[in-house]
Amino acid sequence: MPAYSILVNGRRRTVEVAANTPLLWVLRDNLGLTGTKFGCGIAQCGACTVHLGGDAVRSCVLPVSAVGTRPITTIEGLSPTSSHRVQKAWIAEDVPQCGYCQSGQVMAAAALLQRTSDPTDAQIDAAMTNICRCGTYQRIRAAVHRAAKEGGA
Amino acid sequence: MQRRAFLHVTGTVGAGLVIGFRLPDRHGVLPFAPNAWLRIDADGTTTLTIDKSEMGEGNHTALAMLIAEELDADWTKVKIGPVPENPAGWSRRMSTGGSTSVRTSWDILRKAGATARAMLVAAAAQTWGAEPSACSTENGVVSHTGTSHRLTYGELATKAASIPVPENPPLKDPKDFRLLGKRTHRLDTPSKVNGTAQFGIDVRMPGMLIASVERSPVFGGKVKTFDAARAKALPGVRHVVQLEATPWLGTGAWGVGTASGVAVVADTYWQAVEGRRALQITWDEGPNATLGDIPGRLASLASQAGVSARKDGDAAAALAGAAKKIDAVYAVPFLHHATMEPMNCTAHVRADGCDVWAPTQNQTRAQEVAAEAAGLPKEKVRIHTTLLGGGFGRRLESDFVAEAVRLSRAVQAPVKVIWSREDDTKHGFYRPATYNRLAAGLDAQNKPVAWTHHIVAPPILLKFGPLENGIDRTLIDGAADMPYGIPNVFVDQVAADLPIPLGFWRSVGASQNAFVVECFMDELAAAAGRDPYEFRRELLQAKPRHLRTLELAATKAGWGTPLPVGHGRGIAIAEWEPTTCAEVAEVSVAPDGTVRVHRVVCAVDCGPVVNPDTLEAQMQGGVVFGLSAALYGEITIDNGRVKQGNFNDYPVLRIPEMPVVEVHIVPSTDALGGIGEPSVPPTAPAVCNAIFAATGKRIRSLPIGRVT
Repeated sequence: MPAYSILVNGRRRTVEVAANTPLLWVLRDNLGLTGTKFGCGIAQCGACTVHLGGDAVRSCVLPVSAVGTRPITTIEGLSPTSSHRVQKAWIAEDVPQCGYCQSGQVMAAAALLQRTSDPTDAQIDAAMTNICRCGTYQRIRAAVHRAAKEGGA
Repeated sequence: MQRRAFLHVTGTVGAGLVIGFRLPDRHGVLPFAPNAWLRIDADGTTTLTIDKSEMGEGNHTALAMLIAEELDADWTKVKIGPVPENPAGWSRRMSTGGSTSVRTSWDILRKAGATARAMLVAAAAQTWGAEPSACSTENGVVSHTGTSHRLTYGELATKAASIPVPENPPLKDPKDFRLLGKRTHRLDTPSKVNGTAQFGIDVRMPGMLIASVERSPVFGGKVKTFDAARAKALPGVRHVVQLEATPWLGTGAWGVGTASGVAVVADTYWQAVEGRRALQITWDEGPNATLGDIPGRLASLASQAGVSARKDGDAAAALAGAAKKIDAVYAVPFLHHATMEPMNCTAHVRADGCDVWAPTQNQTRAQEVAAEAAGLPKEKVRIHTTLLGGGFGRRLESDFVAEAVRLSRAVQAPVKVIWSREDDTKHGFYRPATYNRLAAGLDAQNKPVAWTHHIVAPPILLKFGPLENGIDRTLIDGAADMPYGIPNVFVDQVAADLPIPLGFWRSVGASQNAFVVECFMDELAAAAGRDPYEFRRELLQAKPRHLRTLELAATKAGWGTPLPVGHGRGIAIAEWEPTTCAEVAEVSVAPDGTVRVHRVVCAVDCGPVVNPDTLEAQMQGGVVFGLSAALYGEITIDNGRVKQGNFNDYPVLRIPEMPVVEVHIVPSTDALGGIGEPSVPPTAPAVCNAIFAATGKRIRSLPIGRVT
């Protein structure tokens, strides 16, 4: 099997996997980073959202061979102290219910705020297409606005 | 229950107080065997172990609040411990469902907290040579009135363990509650925003293999041939294992319901999936290979007489004599739970025991199923309950447990089975499709005098054995107890025998019957020329809880006030006994028929409220769940197989379609009710009634889809 060298949360990692292995399963099974979740496998739900070169991407359909040199950030690497403004806003609004989709939601929101510092509801709707079966959408919206007000990284 | 049996000091762990307490047992009093623990460590950490699964509904935090309230604990030091691992040693079945966690633990946890508090106070009073009545408690500290004496619970824990257990510690007057009824942050939120929360799918251990299973696409089909060698030739594939089917229908027990299939067991999930693609399975599709058109089959059974579920007066005669008669047929489809975390389970079977790590709502059944699959006595099977990435009733089943245990036994290693989204969607336990024929009569004054509801549906409860009195009570929930004051009512049920696995779906029978009953009630109001809210109010005069819930929703929604052109309002109410929930939906329909739900005002009466923040979240979440089903939800069976597979063809609500949901709580001291399910049932009828108000079109079949 080919070896791939990828940069995950600031660490250089080498994995020997088939070229078509989705990044999601490299993170989960090879690197033990289970915070990134499997939901659908076809880029529908966003539970697997990570940052690739700063952009939110759905890692369940991204072959590891397509990662190249772009750095990857997962939920585990978003903040060393869990104090990213999105995480703080999520806690303040008590967004999660079951919590399974929330790693992806947090990563999607962090990427949105990186591009758009104070998003409107319409911009949130366009960027936050991740599915939450518990129905936390109203609080997600509130938490994104709260995090935007917080500013900073 | 004998009071003395209620609480015992079970010993000290290190320097701390451990109190074991009994939970009420459906079989009466057993010899003392502690089955849940309140533990206070020397540092004041207060750990509560409880027998419930956390699947998003916030029950762990709520249960902790119950005990912390009476204990006057320092809330910042309260923790939830792991769910106990041996359900067979428990005094009641361990399962989480029916919105019952708080209701069934309300008394016992408060008593446990109060008892521990009394012992801590007694320990402090002894230390100071004071009267217990001169001591007070707050935030994990006992204080002596009139002096500066203070001791923390942690400092008192060891001494408190030597105090005799008080028989009847006083409970707080609700007006003195400091925590209950106050918005309280969930204990599990921090772990759910940084990736550390552990769900079933996250379980990892040395030597663990991962399995993916190709199951018969047709219900009841069987594996005929497959190419194990081709799969085994692929990198990382360790084993190929054929799995036999087990029926979902039980005979007194609860059927397991696993499909015939072939598992590929590999080092990683992706390798297992690649191996599975290489299997080239051929199937014996069996007798269900042509099964289809379920709505047509249900409709064709409607000519049969049903088993009576409710009979007040003489509905047939009253209908015959009515001044005006209204008839309608309503139908709902099968629905899937579609939890965000697909089904999965990890098992490790050894000669001397079996460990199972499962996101399960049903530990007792999981242990029974695992024991059978492992060939071990129940006591040798430990069930480790992880967090659940959603449950909604799907995880009351134990099919995924059986698969993991069989595979671990077969390959003699720890095995994690992970279902793909398609596996999950196509091999579910579905909310039954139902066919409903209704008729009602109005008298000359436009008052309803007769109501009949004829239900044709496949029974869920057959999984437990033959139906009691020929009725599946889950299929009549919300129909037979239809709350309106109508003198002649007849509700009956025809059981349709279908070879399709069925299960409990968030709010169960009420999920479809509220749609049917509340939309038909709207038709009666229209036929009577009445406002649908005022019409309902008149008919709910004998149901005060319903009435005040309905009134609060209508008032907060501004019922009767002007709306933008093209918008309509609809109202509906349902009961998840004893909780009542009413919703007013505001809807518009675009020229292309797309339904847009702008606002849902929800009123709920669940009696005493533990955590208003969680109540609000559950109401919002239930509305979203109800909207997904009403707008899009449909599982169709064609050629004996489920057509849908993933979120592209089984769509659910996303943030752009999210309406504003306002939640209003009826101040209530009525019976405590659950909150996980009640807001689901009124959603579909409120929306459909709003569509009628906006367009004049009646929706009598779900999902709504486009209104044209």
